[in-house]
Amino acid sequence: MGLLDQKFENSNVIVTSMDSLLNWARLSSMWGMQFGLACCAIEMMATGASHYDTDRFGIFFRGTPRQSDVMIVAGTVTLKMASRIKTLYDQMSEPRYVLSMGSCANCGGPYWEHGYHVLKGVDRIIPVDVYVPGCPPRPEALIEGLMKLQEKIRSESLAKKKSA
Amino acid sequence: MIPQEICDALKAKFPDVIKETKIEGVFDPYVKVAPEKVKDIAQFLRDDDTLAFDSLMCLSGIDYTGGKFGVVYHLHSIKWNHKITLKVEATLENMHCQSVESIWKTANWHEREAFDMYGIIFDGHTDLRRILMPYDWEGHPLRKDYKVPEYYNGMKVPY
Repeated sequence: MGLLDQKFENSNVIVTSMDSLLNWARLSSMWGMQFGLACCAIEMMATGASHYDTDRFGIFFRGTPRQSDVMIVAGTVTLKMASRIKTLYDQMSEPRYVLSMGSCANCGGPYWEHGYHVLKGVDRIIPVDVYVPGCPPRPEALIEGLMKLQEKIRSESLAKKKSA
Repeated sequence: MIPQEICDALKAKFPDVIKETKIEGVFDPYVKVAPEKVKDIAQFLRDDDTLAFDSLMCLSGIDYTGGKFGVVYHLHSIKWNHKITLKVEATLENMHCQSVESIWKTANWHEREAFDMYGIIFDGHTDLRRILMPYDWEGHPLRKDYKVPEYYNGMKVPY
């Protein structure tokens, strides 16, 4: 209970909004979809491993789309892989987020002109929330992207939208 | 054995099917052979005790442009530590070549790749499918006259 330890005057009572509480819970446990497509996956693994340790943000990788909140598309999306990515994305339960990692997943990267086999950006098949540039991005950059995603989740609301 | 001796041994065994040999002035001395005799030659190169080419290091497809294609076999003998290169020519009208899969197992995937990228058909191959591109892909991407498709399965391909 690091964050909350010894912070309360009156025992066991917090006053907060439902949105803040649920968003805090969601952004503190963004479980990633465990799959890497190319060299970016190496940086993603380095980010998850002990040196950069995304576990401290509650981010760790799950082996199935059904337990995942965030899909980190780490690497070159070939046309052969694209339909599989679409299927995996469809299998994730909502709310779900996509982080496009590296130039290949963003826009085709070095394959943009002559890559007959490469999808020029994963946003052509699934909606992307955060783009992390780099070839490949350093772990710091990926963590920055994940922080951006946390900001996005923090600003969301579960309240029903009032019709105008 | 030096490359000249290997060429001489091949010429002695197959006088009619050796089209051309080149030993001087090239990095890899090569023997050009007829595509319908590749298997016999490969069998001889592997099984003859003085040649003993037990390793197919690489099998490549080539597009020479103008409808001319080729297959190149880089062979190495671990036993004698000598090398030779075999070359075979194909044309757009006749893209057939004998498979050497039954002689060197590694040729299986190499031939599938040459088929996938250039459309060279290896007769006698047990499982000649595409290996890199999706099975429903049209065309052979490494051909010099290849045009990138506009769409693949509803996905736009060009940037």
